Amino acid sequence: MNVGRILALISRHLFLYRRSFPRLLEIFYWPLLDLVVWGFITVYLAQEGKELHGAVVFFLGALIFWDILFRAQQGITISFLEEIWSRNLMNLFASPLTAGEFLAAMMAMSIFKVAAVSIIMAFAALFFYSYNVFIMGLTLIPFIMNLIASGWLIGILTTSVIMRFGQQAEVLAWGLVFLFQPISCVFYPLSVLPGWLQPLAMANPAAHVFEGMREVLLNQAVPWSHLWWAMGLNGLYLLIMIAIYQYTFAACKDRGMLVRVGE
Amino acid sequence: MSAPIVRVQNLTKQFGNFTAVDHVSFEIQPGETVGLLGPNGAGKTTTFQMLLGVITPTHGTIEMLGFDLLHHREEILRQVNFSSTYISMPYALTVEENLRVIGRLYGVSGIDRRIDDVIKKLEMEDMRHKIARKLSSGQMTRLTLAKAVLTEPKILFLDEPTASLDPDIAHKVKGFLKEYRATSGLSMLYTSHNMREIEEMSDRIVFLQRGKVIAEGTAQEVIAQYGEDDLEQVFLKIARER
Ligand SMILES: Nc1ncnc2c1ncn2[C@@H]1O[C@H](COP(=O)(O)OP(=O)(O)OP(=O)(O)O)[C@@H](O)[C@H]1O
Ligand SMILES: [Mg+2]
Repeated sequence: MNVGRILALISRHLFLYRRSFPRLLEIFYWPLLDLVVWGFITVYLAQEGKELHGAVVFFLGALIFWDILFRAQQGITISFLEEIWSRNLMNLFASPLTAGEFLAAMMAMSIFKVAAVSIIMAFAALFFYSYNVFIMGLTLIPFIMNLIASGWLIGILTTSVIMRFGQQAEVLAWGLVFLFQPISCVFYPLSVLPGWLQPLAMANPAAHVFEGMREVLLNQAVPWSHLWWAMGLNGLYLLIMIAIYQYTFAACKDRGMLVRVGE
Repeated sequence: MSAPIVRVQNLTKQFGNFTAVDHVSFEIQPGETVGLLGPNGAGKTTTFQMLLGVITPTHGTIEMLGFDLLHHREEILRQVNFSSTYISMPYALTVEENLRVIGRLYGVSGIDRRIDDVIKKLEMEDMRHKIARKLSSGQMTRLTLAKAVLTEPKILFLDEPTASLDPDIAHKVKGFLKEYRATSGLSMLYTSHNMREIEEMSDRIVFLQRGKVIAEGTAQEVIAQYGEDDLEQVFLKIARER
C-alpha cells in the first residue's frame, strides 16, 4: 500500500467534487429530502398518540443510520463508476497503482461522503425536529463504524459485479443495497420478520446495528452483544468481499476487459 | 552491447480459443525506438496492454529494466508511461489538475516544476486551466502526451499516437517525440498505420500478423527481405496474402 497513490486518487475526486455542482448537490439533496418527509410523518404520528412518541425517535434515528449505510455504499460504487464514465481505468491501472490502493481510496471517499451527510443530517434533525442524535453519546461511534463497514460490503460487491458485467450492471449501484433493506430491520424490530427470514437477518451485520440502536434508545444500555455480532460479521464479510473484488479484478485482466469496462 | 531494456519472450495471449498474440519475442535496447506494425487485429494493442500490466499473458515472460513484470509490477510501471489517441483524461478536471493527479500517482518529485516544464515544452500554456471536456481532440492528444512524459519515463509506449490528428499536429507531435527522445535517451515502442511515420520514427520494426512476428529488422532489411520498394508495399503484400 502506497499512501501517496491513495492520496493521488483522493485528490482526483476532490478536484471533481469541487467543480461539479450536481455531485455536491447529490450529497445534500436526498438526505435532506428524506429527513423532511419522514420527519413530518413521525411528528404527525407523535401528535396522534402519546404512546407513539417513541416512534419519532426510532424513525429519525433509523433514517439517519440507513443513510449512513447507503452513503458508505455509494461512496465506493460511485467513485468506481466515475472512473468508468471518464474512461480513466487505463490511465490508473497502467500506472503503479494497485487494486488494493484503488479500493482504499474508494473507502476513503466513502468516509468523506458519510461524514458530510451525517453532519448535515444530524444538524438538520436537531434544527427541524429538535431531534438530537447525540443523545446516544459515544455509543454512536461503534454503530457508525459498523454501518460504514456494512455499506462497504455492498459497495464492494456492487463494484465487483459492475467490473464483471459492465455497464448493464450499473443499475445495481443504486438498487442492490435496497435488496438488503428488508433484512436489515431498519424501521422495525427483527422479531416482526417471518420465522424463516429471521436467521437471514441475524446473519446480516446491519440488522444487529439497527437492533442495537433501538436498544440504546429504549434502555439507555449499550447492547454489546449486537455490537460484537455486527463487528464479527462485518469483519468476516469484508474479508470475503475483498477476496471477491481481487478475484474479479484478476479475472478482468485475464479476459482483457479491465480497461474496457463500460465500453 | 548493453542489456535490453525490454525483453519479451514467447508472449502469448488467448481469449478463449482465439489466439490474439502468439509466441511473440522481441527486445528493445536502451534509447532505441521499435515500431510495431501489422494489419488491424494483428495483436498490437493486446501486446501493449500486456506490457502495461492491464492484460495478463497466457504464456511467456516480460522483462523491463531488468525486472520481471509479473513480480515487480510497481517498480517497473513507475518508470514506464504510455499514450495513445484513443485514451482520454477525466473530463471534469482541468489540464493542470489532471497532470497533478498523474504526477502524484507516479510519485513524481518537484511536481510543480515538472508541470511547468511539460506545459511549456508542449506549448500548452493557453489550455493549462481549461477543463479537459473543452479540449479539441488535438489538444487532448497533447494532454495525453504531456501526462506520458510528465513522469520522465525510461520507456514510453505509444499506440497510434498520431491517429486522427491533422497533418500539422501529427508533425508537431512527432517533432516533440524526436526531440524528447534525443534529450532524455528514452526507449519507445511505437505503433502506427502510417508506414512513412513508422520508418521515420523507428530504429527497428517488428511486423505482426495474426498475432505472430513475421518479420523483424531495420525498415531497409524488411523491405529488402520482401523485395519491395518501400514499407507500404511490404505491408500491402503481407496483408493481402491472407
Ligand atoms: N478483450 C478481448 N477479448 C477478446 N478478443 C479480444 C480482446 N481484445 C482484443 N481481442 C481480439 O484480439 C485481436 C487483436 O486485437 P488488437 O486490438 O490487439 O489488434 P491491433 O493490432 O491493435 O489492431 P488495430 O490495428 O485495429 O488497432 C483482435 O482480433 C481482437 O478482436
Ligand atoms: Mg490497436
